[in-house]
Amino acid sequence: MLLFDIAITHIAGRTRQTLVAVLGVAVGVGFSIGMAALMQGSQDDFIRQLIDTMPHVQIKDERRTPTRQPAEDAFATAAIYGLRPTEDPRGIINPYAAIAWLNAWTPGTLSAGLRIQGVIRYAGNEVGAAIIGIEPDMERKVSSIVEDFTEGSFDSLTEGGNNIVMGRRMAERLGAKLGDTVRAVSSSGGTRDFRIMGLFHTGSSARDEGEGYVLLKNAQILSQRPNAVNDIRIRLADPHAAPAVARQAEARLGYRAVAWQEANEGLLEALVVRNAIMYTVVAAIMLVAGFGIFNIVSTITHEKARDIAIMKSLGFTQGDMQWLFVMEGLAIGLAGSALGWVLGFALTYILSGIEFNLSAGGREMTQLPVAWSLLHYTLAAGFALLSSAVAGYLPARRAARLHPVDVIRGAT
Amino acid sequence: MTSPMTEAPLIEARKLTRILPETVPVTLVHDIDLAVGRNEFLAITGPSGSGKSSLLYLLGLLDRPTSGALLVNGQDTAAMDEADLAHTRLSMMGFVFQFHFLLPEFTARDNIAIPMRKLGRLSRRQIDQRAEELLGSLGLGDHIDKRPDQLSGGQRQRVAVARALANDPAILLADEPTGSLDSKSSEQVFDTLSALVHERGKTVAMVTHDLDMANRADRRVHLVDGRIVPLDGAG
Ligand SMILES: Nc1ncnc2c1ncn2[C@@H]1O[C@H](COP(=O)(O)OP(=O)(O)OP(=O)(O)O)[C@@H](O)[C@H]1O
Ligand SMILES: [Mg+2]
Repeated sequence: MLLFDIAITHIAGRTRQTLVAVLGVAVGVGFSIGMAALMQGSQDDFIRQLIDTMPHVQIKDERRTPTRQPAEDAFATAAIYGLRPTEDPRGIINPYAAIAWLNAWTPGTLSAGLRIQGVIRYAGNEVGAAIIGIEPDMERKVSSIVEDFTEGSFDSLTEGGNNIVMGRRMAERLGAKLGDTVRAVSSSGGTRDFRIMGLFHTGSSARDEGEGYVLLKNAQILSQRPNAVNDIRIRLADPHAAPAVARQAEARLGYRAVAWQEANEGLLEALVVRNAIMYTVVAAIMLVAGFGIFNIVSTITHEKARDIAIMKSLGFTQGDMQWLFVMEGLAIGLAGSALGWVLGFALTYILSGIEFNLSAGGREMTQLPVAWSLLHYTLAAGFALLSSAVAGYLPARRAARLHPVDVIRGAT
Repeated sequence: MTSPMTEAPLIEARKLTRILPETVPVTLVHDIDLAVGRNEFLAITGPSGSGKSSLLYLLGLLDRPTSGALLVNGQDTAAMDEADLAHTRLSMMGFVFQFHFLLPEFTARDNIAIPMRKLGRLSRRQIDQRAEELLGSLGLGDHIDKRPDQLSGGQRQRVAVARALANDPAILLADEPTGSLDSKSSEQVFDTLSALVHERGKTVAMVTHDLDMANRADRRVHLVDGRIVPLDGAG
């Protein structure tokens, strides 16, 4: 407490310099918090969108590794490369047992469908498409597509009959409108006519240009694969459980089960890089704030050389003196952090209130997404305190080594 | 003049030498043999540059000798580390320099409280009480809450003496404590030191230019060029 009292009198003795140093730290902490809130907010928003639009776990009729070849069983040394699993026309074997098993334990809902590759024709135009056969009532529970309709609706599929809903862009490319009848051709050669009963716009061009939804039974007829299911999509109550669920499903069913995290690995890695950049910038800001502290503590140690000599002659140790000046740096860092928190909070609040319209993407964004996280405040203050401790330590170490006799002799 | 053989002197220098390791080495003091006994008022005199201050810094553990030994209470200080030396200064030594050397931001009371708080033997209330008593006994009862820049030179020097006495040290080391004072203030400070020895059983080692004062001390050593030389009858 004694050293603390002395530290306070030292920094209180130079109001303006202290104010500048405190403000330096405060601005650093404040902007770091504001920036982190914005970065984290947009990241959360992005991931939320991923989680909302994508199946959390998708099981397809593929295997992660090619099936073991008979030759491998017969000859121990044989290694076989380059094989691709043949597409099994039966899709997922025994799908209803698999669905029942999944339903029994997965904490969420699932939808089973048949996804086939084909072509859609209209008035001489042809577009390659993924034709997805689904049960509307199941699909509704796992997919957000229901909300993305610009014309018609998803419900039109429920009515039965040969209806299709497709991406708006696909319809544009075909030159077809709502109510027109298009012809779908599957890769196995089956054809069937469907009436466009709905157009959707998800914002993902791959889906808007390349997906059409029909009833599961129609897809099975089109591809001539009665009762086949090759695509099970699961929506979980807790999206973070997806990898575990996927692992368990894959282990039991043998089919490739992909969690959304795995499907978006590249994007999520980009976010990690983005965060690394953010932390680098935060560290740089703190370094600059640290210079302010270094400057003031350095000045104090120079001006207080005589006082250091007095205190050492009185019986203060080198360690005491070091602590004293580190504490002065820390006190400035602490005051700056506190002020920076207020600044950061205000900044985040202002950012969260900025409104703008971005209708081009279809999804209108009315406010900047910001995240309120205690972690940002802790981290920013932690960085600031670390930098102020270092900034105080460097001049403190020099000051502490000062030989009292040199100063006393020089002063008399 | 000699301390009893049964009891080690308070501070004892044996062939104490201090050489500054400059490009041309500077000898500050050379082969000093000196024992400072308990309850003794020792005066150190000598021409300017003769090494009086240097000797006092060595005796006060502010500087370490190049060779020779310094014993405090019979214990060799060579074995002590920086913290031991600091603690010895804090608990049993008090310094008064020519210049007052008070901490400018603190009041007289707080300046005196600092070494007591550092030692930590008394409560805050006891510390403040003792600080005020010390100031009162040095005739500064009305100046307790003044900062050094609000005091006269003589008053500051007496605050410095009060601070040196804060932890009730066994020895007070004073380097020309009256050097910057007028004759009246000088007398006051000298009387204070003298009273410490003769009324309160303390030991004082004082560097002074004032031969009159030096002769009023119990003993006087004379330095020339860093060596102790015999006094020609005057002492
Ligand atoms: N840092 C140093 N570098 C070189 N020479 C020094 C240094 N410090 C002291 N000296 C020299 O050592 C000698 C002794 O100095 P010291 O201060 O002990 O003398 P003093 O007897 O106290 O003198 P004064 O009466 O003027 O205070 C002097 O000649 C001085 O010039
Ligand atoms: Mg001197």
